[in-house]
Amino acid sequence: MNSPIIELKHITKSFSGVKALTDVSLTVHPGSVHALVGENGAGKSTLMKILTGAYSKSSGEIYYKGEKVENMDPKNSKKLGIHCIYQELNVANHLTVAENVFLGSQPVNKMGFIDWKQMNQAAKEIFASLQINLDPKQMAKDVSIAQKQMIEIARAISQDAKILIMDEPTSSLSERETEILLSLVTELKNKGVSILYISHRMDEIFKVCDTVTILRDGKYIKSLPMSEVKNVDTLVELMVNRKMESYFNKVDVPIGEPILKVQNLSKTGVLNDINFDLRTGEILGIAGLVGSGRTEIAQALFGMLKKDTGEILIDDKKVEIKGPSDAIKLGLGFVTENRKETGLVLKQTVRDNISLPNLRKYTNKLFINKTVEKKESEDYKKKLNIKARSIEQTISTLSGGNQQKAIISRWMIQEPRILILDEPCRGVDVGAKAEIFAQISKLAEQGVGIIMISSELAEIVGMSDRTIVMREGTIAGELEKDMITSDNILKLAFGGGISA
Amino acid sequence: MLKNNSTSIEISRNNKNIYWKNTLFVIFDKGSTTIGLALLFIIMSIITTDFLSVDNLVNVMRQSAVLCIMAVAMTFIIITGGIDLSAGSQLAVSGVAVSGLIAAGVPIPLAILITIIIGGLIGLFMGTVISTQNIPPFIVTLAMLTILSGIAFVYTEGTPIVVSNALFREIGRGFIGPIPTAIVIMIIVAIIGHLLLSHTRFGRYVYTIGDNEEAARLCGINVKLVKTGVYAFGGAIMAIAGIVLASRLSSGSPNAGTGSELDAIAAVVLGGTNLFGGEGKISGTLMGVAIISILNNGLNLLNVSSYNQLMIKGVVILLAVWLNSIKARRKASV
Repeated sequence: MNSPIIELKHITKSFSGVKALTDVSLTVHPGSVHALVGENGAGKSTLMKILTGAYSKSSGEIYYKGEKVENMDPKNSKKLGIHCIYQELNVANHLTVAENVFLGSQPVNKMGFIDWKQMNQAAKEIFASLQINLDPKQMAKDVSIAQKQMIEIARAISQDAKILIMDEPTSSLSERETEILLSLVTELKNKGVSILYISHRMDEIFKVCDTVTILRDGKYIKSLPMSEVKNVDTLVELMVNRKMESYFNKVDVPIGEPILKVQNLSKTGVLNDINFDLRTGEILGIAGLVGSGRTEIAQALFGMLKKDTGEILIDDKKVEIKGPSDAIKLGLGFVTENRKETGLVLKQTVRDNISLPNLRKYTNKLFINKTVEKKESEDYKKKLNIKARSIEQTISTLSGGNQQKAIISRWMIQEPRILILDEPCRGVDVGAKAEIFAQISKLAEQGVGIIMISSELAEIVGMSDRTIVMREGTIAGELEKDMITSDNILKLAFGGGISA
Repeated sequence: MLKNNSTSIEISRNNKNIYWKNTLFVIFDKGSTTIGLALLFIIMSIITTDFLSVDNLVNVMRQSAVLCIMAVAMTFIIITGGIDLSAGSQLAVSGVAVSGLIAAGVPIPLAILITIIIGGLIGLFMGTVISTQNIPPFIVTLAMLTILSGIAFVYTEGTPIVVSNALFREIGRGFIGPIPTAIVIMIIVAIIGHLLLSHTRFGRYVYTIGDNEEAARLCGINVKLVKTGVYAFGGAIMAIAGIVLASRLSSGSPNAGTGSELDAIAAVVLGGTNLFGGEGKISGTLMGVAIISILNNGLNLLNVSSYNQLMIKGVVILLAVWLNSIKARRKASV
């Protein structure tokens, strides 16, 4: 095997005396895809930030092509060809695709003005070499998230990237977009670029990675070639150090009467004649590709999307839901897919975030009874095992899984009759995932009707009693319990295997 | 073996350094405004002979009353992520309104009540425009700054309305027991502000809207209503500031309060309120007000010309905001 391009040896990093990384080593070879896996908080991002120079290591050594790197600051890291594609994409929406590729290094003509012709041409060439199908002259705001990611990859390549770090690159991509991205990863690898691939999605790691390094609680567990990893379970066990029987602890409960009925719901260009019902104690899965109208159904139910036609019935009574507050009054709760953007109040504490929709309950005439409020937050912290020093900790410092538990607590206190969960476990680590699914199952046991939207087929298969599959704004099909398989869902989602 | 030992000592020394750095930072983070205020207080006590006397300190507080009342209202507005550039003009309008009403023979309590209602309505109007029409507060209040100033000038025809009523003068110049009335009003406004902000749903919604409006909406909070409420409340409080000012001057002048909105914003920001919303406290604002007032008073005692005072005040504000941004960056990187 060729000599490594970058080696990290015995890296330790501590913040205010707390160790985030202990004795972690990592060796990346040129032209290989190296997976970095671990639960949230295992130290993946810290390690990544040490490589990009955002953090400086407390001790340990970094070697680039066998030579010791003394000061790894962001500038130096870039110079060595280390680039990172973060989850939050760094694309200026009001510039063209080509400008975004050459952001900060736009080619200029003799007069010092931007040389558009040359820039568009150069962008086109990079796209061609990576087999990306994208028009350089398009405005960046008009392209999809997947394409924005490709812009960033092209930018890294234009700057002669040797090592590309990808942090959860597929977390917001649809299945098909993921396929395209994965083939791009292979393309980059063939060009000799090394890729450090961070992901929670095990199937992707098996598809594209050559080597895997496992971190747990900031400690190095081991690195091994993927050829020696038998299956997902082996990897998961190394990550969590306890046997995961199943993420899903779905308990089958008797399903009751219909509580919610949606009839002929339509919204031009988004939803087309949607009909379904939801019963008490039932978990209804909504599957389909990103953009197929899954989230829009939830938004229409919660009064965030104005429907053109159609009716919503709760307990067989027609209801008008004009906004979230109407929905809440009718007993609905909604855990949205973008925790940071639409769920969390980041500057506030865990307690604030849990009690947000429930303050009325704690208010005695004029003032909030903080004793009652604290007690309830404290109870839910225990009940859902929210890992935080105290309920007064700022929520932004918690891991994704624990933040999500706080949001779920928020709605549980409301005692909703219908709970909608959109991607409940996106960016949530394996341990917290199991806990969240156990809670969802428990709520169903108590008779709550649950709508669960997910891109993870395993989650739909593992959790739902019944599943509707969306395709291009319509319900492509409904699957009863014993028919819910990945195969069936995918067939429906893609239109019987034939792409439209 | 030896070598190992020395590295471990080095590491522990390193850790110690980091520990001290962090401890210092925590002190700085939690109390930079307090430390700044204390330093300013000590420096002024040393370099001037008259600063540290009961008379002067009471005087400082009395002079700061108007600014403080304004700053309490401004704190609410800034926490929602908004701003009120028209505060100074609101002072002028309420000053001429209350003076005009009294001059027209309206009983004083009624005149005050009507003025506060007018202030509330001005705020209600601005809040409604901001929250329902989605026009940035900066623009709406900037426009209101000139509109309200114009109204004050048109109403008074450019000359102050003098109020010779002795009872009215009591508000700005009188005493309740040993304490100046203006200070009592200031304290009441600050307490109401604090209770509203920290102990009511309204206050919690104010913070939430400033931090994540969409999350607030999804939790069933009527964002438009709360925002409008903040500006209406702010308008009523600004009117109280205007009444106190008019009483102190014994007249309602269309020029009164000009530019004071900037002092109020500066006090709020000095007090650690995040100019982008979501964070801030009334206690911080009180300290910010104290810093600006002590600075004003001290520089006067030192006979620093008013032009130089402007420069010094600007530098202090810039310095404070710079320190805040260092804190924010430091927090983000940890």
